[in-house]
Amino acid sequence: MARGLSPIVARDDVEATDTADVTGESPNGPVPASTPRTVGGLADESPAPSRRGNRWSGVLGQSRGALLAAISLALFIVLWHILTHNRLPLYVRFNNVPSPEAVLTRILAVSKSRAFATDVLLSCRRIFLGFGIAAIVAVPLGMIMGRFRLARELVFPLVEVFRPIPAIAWVPMAIMIWPSNEESIVFITFLGSFFPILLNTLSAMKAIDPVLIRAARSLGASEGALFREVYFPACLPSIFTGLAVGMGVAWVSLIAAEMISGQFGIGYFTWEAYSLVEYADIALGMISIGVLGLLSSALVRLLGYALMPWAR
Amino acid sequence: MLNLLKSRTPDRTPSSLSVRNRDLGHIAIEDVSMSYDTMRGPHQVLAATSLDIAPGEFVCLLGPSGCGKSTLLNSVAGYATPRTGRVCVDGAPVTGPSPDLGMVFQQYSLFPWKTVRQNVAFGPRMLGRGEPTPEAIADTFIEMVGLSRFANRYPRELSGGMQQRVGIARALATYPRVLLMDEPFGALDSQTRHVMQESLLNIWSEFGITVLFVTHDIDEAVFLADRVVIMSASPGRIIADIKIDLPRPRDGDLDVDERFLALRKQCLAHIRAESRKAFEQQNR
Repeated sequence: MARGLSPIVARDDVEATDTADVTGESPNGPVPASTPRTVGGLADESPAPSRRGNRWSGVLGQSRGALLAAISLALFIVLWHILTHNRLPLYVRFNNVPSPEAVLTRILAVSKSRAFATDVLLSCRRIFLGFGIAAIVAVPLGMIMGRFRLARELVFPLVEVFRPIPAIAWVPMAIMIWPSNEESIVFITFLGSFFPILLNTLSAMKAIDPVLIRAARSLGASEGALFREVYFPACLPSIFTGLAVGMGVAWVSLIAAEMISGQFGIGYFTWEAYSLVEYADIALGMISIGVLGLLSSALVRLLGYALMPWAR
Repeated sequence: MLNLLKSRTPDRTPSSLSVRNRDLGHIAIEDVSMSYDTMRGPHQVLAATSLDIAPGEFVCLLGPSGCGKSTLLNSVAGYATPRTGRVCVDGAPVTGPSPDLGMVFQQYSLFPWKTVRQNVAFGPRMLGRGEPTPEAIADTFIEMVGLSRFANRYPRELSGGMQQRVGIARALATYPRVLLMDEPFGALDSQTRHVMQESLLNIWSEFGITVLFVTHDIDEAVFLADRVVIMSASPGRIIADIKIDLPRPRDGDLDVDERFLALRKQCLAHIRAESRKAFEQQNR
């Protein structure tokens, strides 16, 4: 507290947080010198510079990334081909591993088969239901837990007890409690994605700037309006982090459940291929799971992009 | 411009901003004290304080950090309930935040997910009046602060000064009785701050609204205020109430005016004496 003597006399020691006031131009080019005078008597300042940066360097960067991605995938397939074609006697046994050509043949064959399409569609449906219900339950629950202490203190102990149980450990119990296999698989998918979504929503609620809530209340916002207009959009970026993580775990849980208890589904397809000694189908199943997981993550990201125009 | 405002002013307010009912916006702070509980018992941050602010008056609360000036402002805004005493605005006790009590924060506090127009329209929308539409009210106030070209931008795309102008427009868009400002220009660079001070005075003289403005900047307080109320720390209390009888309108040339310098010196003397006392107390 040696500050006692001088600082109040100092004109201002608060650092200017915005450098934008002194940078010259708006994203649309120079600001016109003569702007209409207003009651406030203000000349227009320039807005903050756009974060999007140079458009061309962005395009170049993207095509560079795509090129490198293609190279790395091609190298992997070449390596895969060499290892399987020559049946190299390494410690890892490659003699039964299907070659990329064999897998490609199966892909072409299977793309005409109705059974494979049914497996894929059924897995997608299970993800859609399990993940969708998890999002619909976890987001509001997380917000309510963040807002009301009693709700948090009641629910959080249960979360802590159930969260460490891997979804796959739920398989026997799920088969016992749900009337059909289908429901138990959806339930396990739900469990896998539920906790990441809930915890990310809850941590976003804790991180909301209290000044925003004060501002909203001063402007006459009711509790309902606060949830709709402040809490929810403030949590959205973190909710989408949770959704992305949750989507990943949902696939992990789904595949495990399908392998153990399933009839149909891409996880069941992969396990069945092992039982039937269809080695190429094992790789096909794995590749399909990877592609489906990739596509569903991209879908989540796309949705986030569409819902959060301010964060672009 | 003013005709535009007149035609769009909702029923709940006087017929026009410029001929606003100058009897509204009286703030009475009556024996307000604040304390919070610590392990060693209650810690008083604000001693019993009384202050009367006339409708349309521009009062600056001046003092070092931690002197309780923001605490006092928060009790007027309804964010904090006083331990003793009460705050009345136009005779009605303040029980919580209200659109009648416009608030401008140092950190701008704009909603990042709303455009400039959506931010300013928020208050009118919460009040739920049909005509004029919240967007129309918002556009009027955005024009007033000179940001019409940026109405569809997000706060992140604006400079600090522009964001704070949106903050002021948003606070005024509910047609409050008083405007409470908590170091609103503290985070701006000094050039922008001067521009903002002058434009605030212009807006204030058009509106005739009561302003309670917290700052630790002596020049700012003397430049803006009708009265500078100086506070001191531990516990926070008012140590001087200085009338600033400088002519209006005031502009940037004022800070070389002799009367300005004399008043500035007077404020400084109060603060110096108080700081020295505090310093000696701590070193005993």
